[in-house]
Amino acid sequence: MAALPRAHELGLIGCHVCGQICRDTQVDHAACPRCGSSLHRRKPYSAARTWALLIAAFIFYIPANVLPIMRTVSLGDVDDNTILSGVVELWVKGSPDLAVIVFTASIVVPMLKFLVMSTLLLSAHRGTSWARRQRAMLYRLVEFIGYWSMLDVFVVALLTALVQFGFFSQVEPLPGVVYFGLTVILTMLASQSFDPRLIWDCKDEDD
Amino acid sequence: MTDHNQPPSVGGGLPEPVVRRKRVNAAWIWLVPAVAALVGLSLVINAWRQQGPAINISFQTAQGLESGKTVVKYKDVVIGKVTNIRLSQDHTKVIVKVDLDKSAAGIAVSDSRFWVVRPRIGLGGVSGIDTLLSGSFIGVDVGKSSQPQTDFVGLENPPSVLHDSRGKSYILHSSDLGSLDIGSPIYFRRIQVGRVASYKLDEDGKGVTMQIFVDSPYDRFVSTESRFWNASGVDVSISADGLKLNTQSLATVLAGGVAFNDAPGPHPSEKPVPENTTFTLFDTQANAMAPPDGEPSYIRMRFDQPVRGLTVDSPVEFRGINFGRVVSIRMDYDEKTNKFPIYVGALIYPERLGRAHSKLQAIAKSHGDNDMSQIVTTMVAQGLRAQAKVGNLLTGQLYISLDIVPNAPKLTEYDPNARPLEIPTIPGSFDKLQEQMAQIVDKLDKIPFDAIGNNLNHTLADLDTTIKQLNGDVLPAFKNTLKGANQTLGTANNALSADSPLQQNLSSTMQELQRMARSLRVLTDYLNTQPSSLIRGRAKDAPPVSNGSPSTAQPQQGSKP
Repeated sequence: MAALPRAHELGLIGCHVCGQICRDTQVDHAACPRCGSSLHRRKPYSAARTWALLIAAFIFYIPANVLPIMRTVSLGDVDDNTILSGVVELWVKGSPDLAVIVFTASIVVPMLKFLVMSTLLLSAHRGTSWARRQRAMLYRLVEFIGYWSMLDVFVVALLTALVQFGFFSQVEPLPGVVYFGLTVILTMLASQSFDPRLIWDCKDEDD
Repeated sequence: MTDHNQPPSVGGGLPEPVVRRKRVNAAWIWLVPAVAALVGLSLVINAWRQQGPAINISFQTAQGLESGKTVVKYKDVVIGKVTNIRLSQDHTKVIVKVDLDKSAAGIAVSDSRFWVVRPRIGLGGVSGIDTLLSGSFIGVDVGKSSQPQTDFVGLENPPSVLHDSRGKSYILHSSDLGSLDIGSPIYFRRIQVGRVASYKLDEDGKGVTMQIFVDSPYDRFVSTESRFWNASGVDVSISADGLKLNTQSLATVLAGGVAFNDAPGPHPSEKPVPENTTFTLFDTQANAMAPPDGEPSYIRMRFDQPVRGLTVDSPVEFRGINFGRVVSIRMDYDEKTNKFPIYVGALIYPERLGRAHSKLQAIAKSHGDNDMSQIVTTMVAQGLRAQAKVGNLLTGQLYISLDIVPNAPKLTEYDPNARPLEIPTIPGSFDKLQEQMAQIVDKLDKIPFDAIGNNLNHTLADLDTTIKQLNGDVLPAFKNTLKGANQTLGTANNALSADSPLQQNLSSTMQELQRMARSLRVLTDYLNTQPSSLIRGRAKDAPPVSNGSPSTAQPQQGSKP
């Protein structure tokens, strides 16, 4: 089956924001005549930006896991917990369901994001047409779970605000949570700056 | 190819994009991972720079220690954390690995000491109560050495004296530890000024050596004249002033303590002593405050009387001055006399006799007598004797009294060279009294009470017959005599009655005498007025004497011419 024509083949360019279609005049820094947002065929330097943000997120992910994220003081007993030690503690102290949730939100999801984004970027770079639909699905998944990745940060923020009973019980945030928050933000930005149309920019052999 | 011609026609009616300002160069995005890398790197560098030395501390038990949680604190500042706890190779100890902060690297020197701060409740007080809730931590006493060390042996108890505490330590010698312990308080005028730092048994096992620490500024009160005594427990004494109960503080009653003070009296040569000076720890304050005893001498006394009431530690007195104590009482058998003499050994402190001792010593020295045996021999010849005297009539406690007895019996055998020095004895005052009483009883026994009774009986019988005789013969005669006497008295009575002639004669005589006295008075009156009448004779018309007045003098004169 013959492939449908591409927009650049037709000399057209669409606005990402309002959907206005213009003639592609091939000028630099073109903007939509209707809404004023910049016009581009693909997100400019999408791969580079995604890579940069992803790498930065990954760098921050190391201290986020190594440094403790939360200090629990209960009756003078000071307890500093990293993400992993918190999970272990929850598991040991008889809340495996909570441990699974925290583990998923804090370890599985970020790692999944790193893997998925790397896969998407690498495959897009190579321009392969392998499993394009599945890759598009992965991208949508990453976009979707991005909202839920801040779970740990929210937990720490809520506990810090709620548990303030002085000597008896107190929760303090520790630097690790900042790095974890940065990781989450950067991965979200990375997935945003990735242009899913790159998945489809290849020779249409299998379509 | 028609496909290629179509596009212009498709976009024919469409608007053209407008040109906007230049966008930021997209390469700047790489700044983000660069910054992230920088942050990460700085974290790593920081962690590496914070990393201090790792040390191993061995403890008997890991009670209260938790890997990754237990911290090391110095002056309540966290300087490290326990990272690992494991058993030693021979399973006898626990090796605790501690990562110290970089800033605390200087703490790991050879004379630093580590101990686990746990809640401790002792008689002297409660410590580490905060660790009840927060968990134990490891305390440090930082040493002054500059030699680094990584393996330490932890203390099981907190040290009582820290390296940075100001003050001085001193050594105390005592015969036993009493109720003292490490950390027992040191009192000066009932203010706690220090504590016992350590103790150990002497090498020969005959005493205890203690190290005490006196805090600054009280350490300057420890001088050459200071006396230390064991202030443990309660000191009860009964004296002429009544019952006295003396303690340093309630804590010492339970936990023991040491007190010190200057010996009484002026101390012209008193001066502070350097660190680690050795002192003696006395049992009681009274012993501590007594003049120094000097070297004791051993004497022996042989008593032939029973010494019930004499015990070890009974005092030995010379003329009432306590200068020693009994240390042994042993019985012997003398086969020659078939007696059981009792040998009493006593330690005497001649220096307690004060100047008497020093003078005697000087005299002995001048005679070349080094151990004063000659002086003692002389004194024995003069009558120096020991007596077991009753110190307490109620309990019958005895004490040894040494004194010069002037009329002491001469000794036939006395060996001045015998060692130990032997002091002859005489029976004590109580024994003497008993002896004299026995003698009196003996003498009383010898009186022939039966014979005396018989004689008395005879005498009484004789007396009886005499009285009978008196009644029969003498009394009737006596009656007659009394009757005669009665008659004589009746006659005398008649002679003296008012109507007797004797009485009447006496009355008339008295009247005559009265008249005579009256005429005599008239004569004298007349003579008074007319003294010349004695020579010239009586005037013829002499007026009556009773009218002799100035008013009647006129006619007298007038009539005269």
